[in-house]
Amino acid sequence: MSSIYDKYEPVIGLEIHAQMKTQTKAFCKCSTNFHNSPNSNVCPICLGMPGTLPVLNKELLDYAIRMGLATNCSIREKSIFARKNYFYPDLTKGYQITQYETPICYDGHIHIKLKDKSEKRIGITRIHMEEDAGKSIHDFSDSETLVDFNRCGVPLIEIVSEPDINSSEEAITYMQKIRQILVYLDICDGNMEEGSLRCDANVSVRLKGSKEFGNRTEIKNLNSFKNVSDAIETEIKRQIEATENGEKVVFATMTYNAKDKTTTATRSKEQAHDYRYFPEPDLVKVNADEAMINGIKSKLPEFPDDKLKRFVNAYSIPEYDAEILTSGKELSIYFENVIKELKNKNEKAYKQASNWVMNDVLKVLNDIKINIEKFNIPEINLAKLIDLLLEEKINKTVALELFEMMLTMETRDGQNPEHLLKEKGLEQVSDTGEIDNIIKKILTESPKEVERYKGGEKKLAGLFVGKIMRESKGKANPKIVNELLLKNLEAL
Amino acid sequence: MSVTITDVEKIAQLAKLKFSEEEKTKLQKDMNQVLGYIEQLNELDLENTEPLENINETENVMREDEVKPWLSTEEALKNAPSKTQKFFKVPKVIEK
Repeated sequence: MSSIYDKYEPVIGLEIHAQMKTQTKAFCKCSTNFHNSPNSNVCPICLGMPGTLPVLNKELLDYAIRMGLATNCSIREKSIFARKNYFYPDLTKGYQITQYETPICYDGHIHIKLKDKSEKRIGITRIHMEEDAGKSIHDFSDSETLVDFNRCGVPLIEIVSEPDINSSEEAITYMQKIRQILVYLDICDGNMEEGSLRCDANVSVRLKGSKEFGNRTEIKNLNSFKNVSDAIETEIKRQIEATENGEKVVFATMTYNAKDKTTTATRSKEQAHDYRYFPEPDLVKVNADEAMINGIKSKLPEFPDDKLKRFVNAYSIPEYDAEILTSGKELSIYFENVIKELKNKNEKAYKQASNWVMNDVLKVLNDIKINIEKFNIPEINLAKLIDLLLEEKINKTVALELFEMMLTMETRDGQNPEHLLKEKGLEQVSDTGEIDNIIKKILTESPKEVERYKGGEKKLAGLFVGKIMRESKGKANPKIVNELLLKNLEAL
Repeated sequence: MSVTITDVEKIAQLAKLKFSEEEKTKLQKDMNQVLGYIEQLNELDLENTEPLENINETENVMREDEVKPWLSTEEALKNAPSKTQKFFKVPKVIEK
């Protein structure tokens, strides 16, 4: 049975605001430090005192162009700033300095990869530079609001997508990709909890196959991937139900309430702001000429998609591995440093390194909720551990045991696996004589099982291997154990 | 194009200003005069004229990204009519 929801296709466009990682604000020399005490990063310019003049932060322009280049945008040679006028207590000047008709970057696109492995191109309409507003604290009292202007004037870029997005999955995948690029470019910390990345979603629905757009609504200020996804789902459902009931969807600004998973209109079209944009007379024209753009191009890091391809080609690891390893810039650097430190340089070694970083290291990071930057095992020590394994000086059981030990050790030398191995006497036993003795001991101790084995229960071999490994404290070389065990059993 | 009283009221509302009926009529007249003056520009052929966005012809006036503290919190709050030790205080606002 097909439901009413299957008849419709959602059309979504996202506006992503990303806070730039500059030291100072967009138009004054105040610090952008998020953690400073309220109203300490302020000056007459960002407080909107009369007679003050803004001056553009060079890095903001540089960062905006970097993002444009990374998302296949055209860079506008001459652009200007505009004033967006509205009154709100967290906006000191009564206007926000932004870009209106001449965004610095335009006509770009990125590709996203969906769960079903298909790829989709999402167009980017524009990227422009602007300043953030201050922060209001509403729960201070019933009659008053507190305002902190530390964030007022902090540089943002706004990345506006084309309405190319057709599901909540596509929306968050797109947003994750944008975040990944921002972090790779080192222009935004990508921290959604601290508000470094926020999103407005424009949502409409139309009958499948229809070419025309339905009326859209705009959901403001979504600050987590989950909220983006949930808010879009909720709003799509609301619009389809309204349409099915013969109501018309009308333009409105909505807020999403994560608690009861509803969207509510805060402002209708009649109340819509008229921002009365006009050119900002206090700032001169920006001229992004070829020399400037080439200078920025030459400083660009490798983009995540290129790095993914290179990992697959250079290290012969599966695309799945490369995707995970390049998901974060720092993680990809860690992995590559492990490879550099490895003594064994072959495909088997690279795959081992990939497995360790992708499984064991990431598991630890997830368990204790830290970033790779805070991970206490330096690349060289993980590489040494992997080398020991590759050279069959230890088996995987001992490797994991050593890994656990290394996690608890502070100093680089203290956790050197080569030293730990000697200290703890965990070196793999490959001495056939010694292993043979253990096998004989175990078999003598298990007469019943040996009888059953001889009776045809061949799978009991596994039980013997387990016992032998335990007897050797996990140090016996499993390959030799298997060989010698079979020989012994056959000889019985 | 001529300005109506409704236009005046809308502009006043956007600017958060209030006027008497008398003032509105006067403003309507003023605005119509300004628009009439600007109307003259439409008679000119501006096909090949770039818009003048800024009377200053210079480009790329920028500064280095270096922090320089200016005001202390105390100084910043000095002129505020209502404040706490660290915050500006304003009448309650919810809608944005």
